[in-house]
Amino acid sequence: MAPPTTRRSGFSRRAQYGVFTGYVLAGSGALVGAILLGISLVHPSAFAGLRSSASDVTEPVAQATAAGRTERQGLIETVSAYIAAGSKNAELRQELKIARVRLAEARAIRVENDRLKAMLGLVNEDPHPIATARLIGSTASSTRRFAYISAGREQGVLPGMPVRSPTGLVGRVFEAGRHSARVLLLTDSESMVPVRRSTDNVVAFAEGRADGTLRLRLINLGINPIKTGDVFVTSGAGGLFRPGIAVAVVSRTTRDGGIARVLSDPIATSFVVVDPVWHVEAAKLLAAPSPGPTTPAKRAKPKSVPVPTAPAAPAPAPAAQ
Amino acid sequence: MIDQLNPNSRRDRFGSKINRSHSPLLAFATPWLMIMVGSYLPVLPMVAGYPYVPPLGYLLLLSWRMIRPGVLPLWAGIPLGLVDDLFSGQPFGSAVLLWSLSLLAIEGLEERFPWRGFMEDWVTAAVLVTLTLAFGAVFAGTGGLDDRLPLIAPQVLLSMLLFPMIGRMVARFDRLRLLRIRTID
Repeated sequence: MAPPTTRRSGFSRRAQYGVFTGYVLAGSGALVGAILLGISLVHPSAFAGLRSSASDVTEPVAQATAAGRTERQGLIETVSAYIAAGSKNAELRQELKIARVRLAEARAIRVENDRLKAMLGLVNEDPHPIATARLIGSTASSTRRFAYISAGREQGVLPGMPVRSPTGLVGRVFEAGRHSARVLLLTDSESMVPVRRSTDNVVAFAEGRADGTLRLRLINLGINPIKTGDVFVTSGAGGLFRPGIAVAVVSRTTRDGGIARVLSDPIATSFVVVDPVWHVEAAKLLAAPSPGPTTPAKRAKPKSVPVPTAPAAPAPAPAAQ
Repeated sequence: MIDQLNPNSRRDRFGSKINRSHSPLLAFATPWLMIMVGSYLPVLPMVAGYPYVPPLGYLLLLSWRMIRPGVLPLWAGIPLGLVDDLFSGQPFGSAVLLWSLSLLAIEGLEERFPWRGFMEDWVTAAVLVTLTLAFGAVFAGTGGLDDRLPLIAPQVLLSMLLFPMIGRMVARFDRLRLLRIRTID
């Protein structure tokens, strides 16, 4: 393409100054960018206010497209369900039969659980969720993994609160605006969650790898006990997440742990629940008068909670609940 | 007898010339608005587990700069980068820095090679997108670089493939930019 003639300033002083000013401005723009970048690398929460108000402004648009997205997914699922419907039907019936038996067993176990807890004098209460929200978007073009939800400070959402879906933990609130909030997903490279194996007390850190998987790092190094297919749940250490929320299933083992897939895949999730920060609830729970013998004092102390907006660095508590 | 005038003499490709003229608002705001919307669009389509959506705002910036040099000033990277930083999830300031440097680089290249064709522009854009995404990944966080750089490979490839299409789209919008709108003089 022909070079633009407008850039030739010729003898015009005005044009020469114009070109010169452009270069100066662009150069100083790069400098300003570098300074801003430095500030935000040192203080990741430095421009949280600006970002939150931007996501507040665009929230209605995101809300509308998110609704469309859910409908679209539903349609695809409905259509694909018709394919191989017959064999699937038989399979599902078989599964349902087994599930009914399991359900009855689970009911019995729950009754027994309640009885044992009553004996110990533990108050059993799941924390009441703060808000229910829609996942309205994510930073799909950046190597950081953030998502936006449609609830903010006005609904009581504050930075640090865990966000979960019916199938497991999604992440935690990173910045909260007035009616939208930014969620640090589990798979972000700065996210670290203390987890344990659902069947025993193998404890590990689940660290995001930004590609949809988590790296599990065992705390007690040695022989790697993790096997493919193991399910990991939150251990409750660190005080942010309440124990027992499903996190990930191991897909591959490595020398010092494993690579795990997130159970509550944000791609397939449309609604999420924001829970209160666990250690506050735990402290309340333990402060409640209990008739029976009390739990060990170790659990009573709310552990030092990391500053919610800082990258997750929970104190490496040695044991799970 | 008077011959009929050429029926196209009162029209150009932007519409009729009678009582109609270019709107300054449309002419100046179109590229800026498009790039800002492009910065926001990757947020919408789905909650991604993997960074694969091309940086639309940046691709639009490159396209506008290459297809219509002069429509964006040299310092356009500052305000547009700021908007991109609000939505991209990168640390704040990363786009301001990288976009300003990209515009300066294109300016320098234009000084050196004034006559360019489609292929040269495509190669320029491909190199710039690769560098920008790579540096973006470097700025974005902790963890090993060997982990993060392969992560952006699909995104880089998609961006390269998408660039000519975005160029065509920008050319369409460039005609819209100069559309003649009814005015009363």
